[in-house]
Amino acid sequence: MRTLIYLLIGILFGITMFKSEAASWFRIYEMFKFESFHMYGIIGSALLLGILVIQSIKRFEIKSFYGEKIVFTPKAKSFSRYLIGGIIFGLGWALAGACPGPMFTLVGAGYLPILVVIAGAMVGTFVYGIVKDKIPH
Amino acid sequence: MNFIYEPWPWYIAGPMIALILLLLLMVGKNFGMSSNLRTLCTLCGAGKTTDFFKFDWKSQKWNLIVVLGAIIGGYVGANFLSNTTAVVLNPETISDLKTFGFESAGTAYLPTEMFATTALGSLKNLVLLVLGGLFVGFGARYAGGCTSGHAISGLSNLQLPSLIAVIGFFIGGLTMIHLIFPILF
Repeated sequence: MRTLIYLLIGILFGITMFKSEAASWFRIYEMFKFESFHMYGIIGSALLLGILVIQSIKRFEIKSFYGEKIVFTPKAKSFSRYLIGGIIFGLGWALAGACPGPMFTLVGAGYLPILVVIAGAMVGTFVYGIVKDKIPH
Repeated sequence: MNFIYEPWPWYIAGPMIALILLLLLMVGKNFGMSSNLRTLCTLCGAGKTTDFFKFDWKSQKWNLIVVLGAIIGGYVGANFLSNTTAVVLNPETISDLKTFGFESAGTAYLPTEMFATTALGSLKNLVLLVLGGLFVGFGARYAGGCTSGHAISGLSNLQLPSLIAVIGFFIGGLTMIHLIFPILF
């Protein structure tokens, strides 16, 4: 049952990413050129509603569908890892035109070369795992 | 119902993403896609090399199922919910891209120069796809999240680290498009 729920949430996510063109390399390029409001509208409205959702859950102590407390883990304090990691991510996001969610959506949409990007992203994750104790966090 | 077959405007897509965030929280999970890349590394046996990949991947099985859904969603969106997949861009963006050699701008969903199956025959293109992936994978793990984990989940929870990461995403993206693209293309 829970598996089916996760699958349906994923399908909803995939359809949204494809149909909103957030999975389009062109839209990412256009966003970084500040030539369209589209991506800013998507992220901005998702964020405003997201803040409303999370603050409401906290304030009204809303429980999950299974009656459990919804826990939010604060992100660890640091500056360098977020800034440097973020910049590296941004370089890749603009070049590949896809972030880790849409990458998978594009596999379903039938664009085979995106598998090369996913393989690269797995290698990048692997390299991070190897060097993680040697870089500033 | 015809609007479903048209590209979805931002004011449909944004609230849908917030709904996905809400649904995942309500089933006791968090919205974050890049951690799946770590799980996939573990599944490929990376736990033998370093501790970072030594964890019980089954605790992340739910997220892999979300990924499977995202793949199916892409298939459904492209094959059953779209009359046309050409992305209508700002005319200025199109003329910019044409000067870089992206003739498919304005007529396709992804640049055919990079994402048509035949583009796999170009060594330069293969290198760019691998590099793009490498940076996304390395950067997301280093920063502890990607667009979903930081820009949506983290910022929604008013986390300062996520704000720093998102500023980083934009510094990187702007550098790539404005400074590095003119060299690459």
